[in-house]
Amino acid sequence: MMAVRVMAVRVKAVKAIRTPGGLSVRVDPRAAAVVLLLAAAVLAAGVVLIGSGDFPISPGEVIATLLGNGAPAQEFIVKDLRLPRVLVGLLVGASLALSGAIFQSISRNPLGSPDVIGFGQGATVGALSAIVLFDGGAVAVAGGAVVGGVVTGVAVYLLAWKRGVHGYRLVLVGIGVAAMLTAANHYLLTRASLVDAGRATLWMTGSLDGRDWAQVWPLLGMCAVLVPLVLMYGRPLRMLEMGDDAAYALGVPVERTRMVLMGSGVVLVAVATAAAGPIAFVALSAPQLARRVTRSPGPNLAAAAVMGAALLLIADWVATTAFGERQLPVGVVSGVLGGCYLLWLLVTERKAGRI
Amino acid sequence: MRATGLLVSVGLLLLVCVASIAVGAKSIPLSDVWHGMFHNAGAGNDVIVHDVRVPRTLLGLIVGAALGLAGAVMQALTRNPLAEPGLLGVNAGASAAVVSAISFLGVTSLTGYVWFAFLGAAVVSVLVYILGGSRGATPVRLALAGTAATAALYGYINAVQLLDAAALERLRFWTVGSLASADMATIGKVAPFIGVGVVLALLLARPLNAMEMGDDTAHALGAHLNRTRALAMLTVTLLCGAATAACGPIVFIGLMIPHLVRTITGPDMRWILPYATVLSPVLLLGADVVGRVVTRPSELQVGVVTALIGGPVFIHLVRRKRMAQL
Repeated sequence: MMAVRVMAVRVKAVKAIRTPGGLSVRVDPRAAAVVLLLAAAVLAAGVVLIGSGDFPISPGEVIATLLGNGAPAQEFIVKDLRLPRVLVGLLVGASLALSGAIFQSISRNPLGSPDVIGFGQGATVGALSAIVLFDGGAVAVAGGAVVGGVVTGVAVYLLAWKRGVHGYRLVLVGIGVAAMLTAANHYLLTRASLVDAGRATLWMTGSLDGRDWAQVWPLLGMCAVLVPLVLMYGRPLRMLEMGDDAAYALGVPVERTRMVLMGSGVVLVAVATAAAGPIAFVALSAPQLARRVTRSPGPNLAAAAVMGAALLLIADWVATTAFGERQLPVGVVSGVLGGCYLLWLLVTERKAGRI
Repeated sequence: MRATGLLVSVGLLLLVCVASIAVGAKSIPLSDVWHGMFHNAGAGNDVIVHDVRVPRTLLGLIVGAALGLAGAVMQALTRNPLAEPGLLGVNAGASAAVVSAISFLGVTSLTGYVWFAFLGAAVVSVLVYILGGSRGATPVRLALAGTAATAALYGYINAVQLLDAAALERLRFWTVGSLASADMATIGKVAPFIGVGVVLALLLARPLNAMEMGDDTAHALGAHLNRTRALAMLTVTLLCGAATAACGPIVFIGLMIPHLVRTITGPDMRWILPYATVLSPVLLLGADVVGRVVTRPSELQVGVVTALIGGPVFIHLVRRKRMAQL
């Protein structure tokens, strides 16, 4: 389906930069500009987010403090309280979007993203078990989420497997698994004490509240390893969208590429979920938006990652400031916006005759 | 043949009802069950039978019939094997409306819930039906529209629960789908709605039969297409809204039963609907009994049991050859 769309896109102006030594790099000027602009937007949103809260700080002061020239009180608020929260949001958004781009590209289906096919619910079962059954702390909850997400990912993939994974079968099997896991989650909620139930509901919604450097480091480490790896596989992934045979003929090691990318995708989404809860729909919408903005075919991995970070920070800003005194968790905003976006996607895909 | 099958089904239903009254945290011998149903001595097993088990069984009976019929009507209306009120977001719509009513309007009584549940179920079922592409809907499109609506609604439900701890305390037991809080007052309030829904559904059997052959043929056969569609949507809303208001969202009953029934009866709605009315409570009450037994003395809510049984059935349907060509 997406392969058809790839063919239909008109040939674009893509420049090649060559060095005297014989090395050359393809550069899509529009995509590069989009990535740079979005990165600037992420930085700006980050500065605004650090500056807003019960103790407002002006953007100028935020930047001065980040560069090490701030007042001691602001130093503490910025560097110990708000900066880690923003960094977690940024890294989680980028990881989710990257993983979404991978799965959408591999299933050749804009709906084949990890949150539609049940990873979020799987991670939630793991985390809720840790909270409710084992009364675990933050580390146990994060561990439970990773285990639950990975197991669900493998199970959905195996259940959808029938001489290859067909895009829509993957989505529908994922919906079925998600319904079962949701029931399990509801059951776990009824077993909990009211305090645990509140904690579990907050976790299930996805929130950046109270995140500190302890959450930043594992995320940063994972991203440092996996993001370059995934970006390196960007070109083989684009070949894969044309079908296994064509990709094989073009010299792409099909199975290895797919295994490496899917493994990375599952780990990215699992670690991100462990850090911030199953924040809904970033993985679904960021790659699609990135594709529309860059107007280029293929997975657009870098643009998707930056878009995800931008979306998550903006959603968090809306969630914390738009409702007056009450601060909602970011997952509420991303869930409602993302659900509406998914409905819109269904309408347009249908008008275009693709579903 | 089909009439005999229906009689066997009714027998099965009676057996499950007896089991539902006899089995639980305290097992009750059959003689006491019989005694308690007709004479309430005000002590011992009589009280359990009279005040707890009988209402619970009755509620399971009417809610099960409602959900199964709603599923059968919906599958016929959309001509879609995966149509199911829970999966298509109808229950989530009812939940969202009930949550709003509890949290913002301070509604606490079931009479209050019911109207909000109807409103939510009606709005969401129409919305999903339109978004899914009305008559041109494919199974995938409908399922996805339902998933999207469910996701957005659950985001909202979670938000309300987080902002209002009292609502969370009430709702976490309601959203799981359970028969445990059944009493005669609840049954009295939802039974009229479900009764109307059941009668409407059974009357729709012939028009729905005609519609299964495609719109043009149905039109030529004299069926009123738009009237049938509107009545069918009304039926689904009545049945799902009342069932959800009484015991929370229960998924997959409406998906499994019509498929099971069709293997016995073939595609004739005049047989499918009565069979679904009888066999759906068998499944629901059976699931309830299983839920009471497996984690005795506490219990597994019936919504959890049906989801755990129904999920694999759904996946099996998706993996079948015909569905694979979607």
